Amino acid sequence: MSTQPIDGGRSGDAASTGGVNRVGSTSLAREWQRFTPGQRIGRWLVWLGMVAACVWAIRSIDIIPEFLADAPEQMADLLVRMWPPNLAHYYPTVHGALVETIHIATLGTLMSLGLALPVALLAARNVCRSRVLNTLAQLILVSSRTVNSLVWALIFVAVFGPGPAAGTFAIAFRSIGFVGKLLAEAMEEAAPGPLEALRATGAPWGSVMLKGLWPQVQPAFWGVALFRWDINLRESAVLGLVGAGGIGVVLDDAINFFHWDRVATILLAILVVVLLAEVVVTRIRTKLL
Amino acid sequence: MSAPAATGLRQGDAFPPNWPARLGLLALAVYAAYATTQLDITWARLGTGMGEAARFLARMFPPNFARWELLVEGLVESLQIAVLASAAGILLSLPLGLMAARNLSPWFVSGPTRAFIAVCRSLHYVIVAIMFVKAIGFGALAGMAALTIASMGFIAKLFAEAIEEISMKQVEAVRATGAPAASVLIYAVLPQVASRFVGFCLYQLDSNLRNSTLVGIVGAGGIGGTLFAAFKRFDYDFVCAILLATIALIFLAEVVSGRIRAAMR
Repeated sequence: MSTQPIDGGRSGDAASTGGVNRVGSTSLAREWQRFTPGQRIGRWLVWLGMVAACVWAIRSIDIIPEFLADAPEQMADLLVRMWPPNLAHYYPTVHGALVETIHIATLGTLMSLGLALPVALLAARNVCRSRVLNTLAQLILVSSRTVNSLVWALIFVAVFGPGPAAGTFAIAFRSIGFVGKLLAEAMEEAAPGPLEALRATGAPWGSVMLKGLWPQVQPAFWGVALFRWDINLRESAVLGLVGAGGIGVVLDDAINFFHWDRVATILLAILVVVLLAEVVVTRIRTKLL
Repeated sequence: MSAPAATGLRQGDAFPPNWPARLGLLALAVYAAYATTQLDITWARLGTGMGEAARFLARMFPPNFARWELLVEGLVESLQIAVLASAAGILLSLPLGLMAARNLSPWFVSGPTRAFIAVCRSLHYVIVAIMFVKAIGFGALAGMAALTIASMGFIAKLFAEAIEEISMKQVEAVRATGAPAASVLIYAVLPQVASRFVGFCLYQLDSNLRNSTLVGIVGAGGIGGTLFAAFKRFDYDFVCAILLATIALIFLAEVVSGRIRAAMR
């Protein structure tokens, strides 16, 4: 943020008191401005662009006014139907589905760790020297990240048929990009000294990786794994909507039968598990790191 | 001379076995085996799955862009949902973030606000979208509302955390001049967090765009509905076209927001 230059204010005789007084009397009336004209125009253009985007979206989006008008009423109706939650429904249906969701999230995360490790090794430029392989690995990571977990679930339902197997693979493939990217970054930040020392002793590649690189990457690895497990737990709760197992199946059934008191129970169960997982992950992270 | 050196090497093995870590890994492996049986994942199933995957991929290629009008319509609606949800989410999370910051608000305001933000964040946006579809009907409005909730949860939480980290000296200085609360906020609090706030907003705009391509699966507008319909009719070549177009749009948005971020620095 540069200020407007004040003319004459920093002329050669600024050190002498006479000079300061003379300048002070003229520049007191001067208006100070924070940005140059170019910056001001740029800022106005950004604001204009934002407002224009909103106006365009509001004017052309397909919103049915009748739906908008009775939205509060309908929301209130829904909440009344959801209260009180039917807690008797929790055991055994919801409980079993919840355990299945946790299994899907955990197994999917473990699977993604195994799959992401080789890709990360290929993507890290200090481990794999081949530019072509680096780019290929980056491409795998990016495509895994850009396809959403629900879309992965749709694909794996088409491949494995409906059930938790599809959900597990969806979670695993979705997580490869995230885990692999962070892991490759951690590897690239590793100090080269220990690796070179091990290589100088004539250690084979496997030993160099296991004893030189792994100890440096390990804290980041477990941190990333925990973080991703937390995310996966949330995501696996919705996979059931497309038939990929977990609590989403039970939720979908309850919604389709308009059992809103059961829906409330399921939502509460998801909420409790997600909040608990967050607490557990934060605890473990503070202990680990 | 040589004897102590040899025993010295014996004494401390350079790489002693780490038994707790090994046991931990063993426990993880046992759990993985148990969970695999629980989830009914077998080699036979994987084998048939591979065959199905080959058939599936064969039907996906080449992608079919014949119905591009439908595709563009869906993508534009997703874009609109993302823009409006981000705008609404940003506007709403400004007061929420201020109310949730423990150094500016009393505990009886910050406590409930933090709980509200936590609930917004914990429920997956697709679940929220289902609720809104049931409550206010199919269409873009439901998707917009769902993504607004998600944006609020994300931006307000990080905004509150940023406010809690500010230096209180400026705040005290402005307060000492007898300035009203609004001036304290505008001249002492916001300048310290403005750049981080813009960063959160850009990130959330990106992720809203990703998510808005998906809420259509539950009927909340955007390209997701088209995608789900194509999946249900086994139009896998059109599915492939939709996926490619969506990925291209998300990529473009990421490049643009990367440019903006670089320009702000």
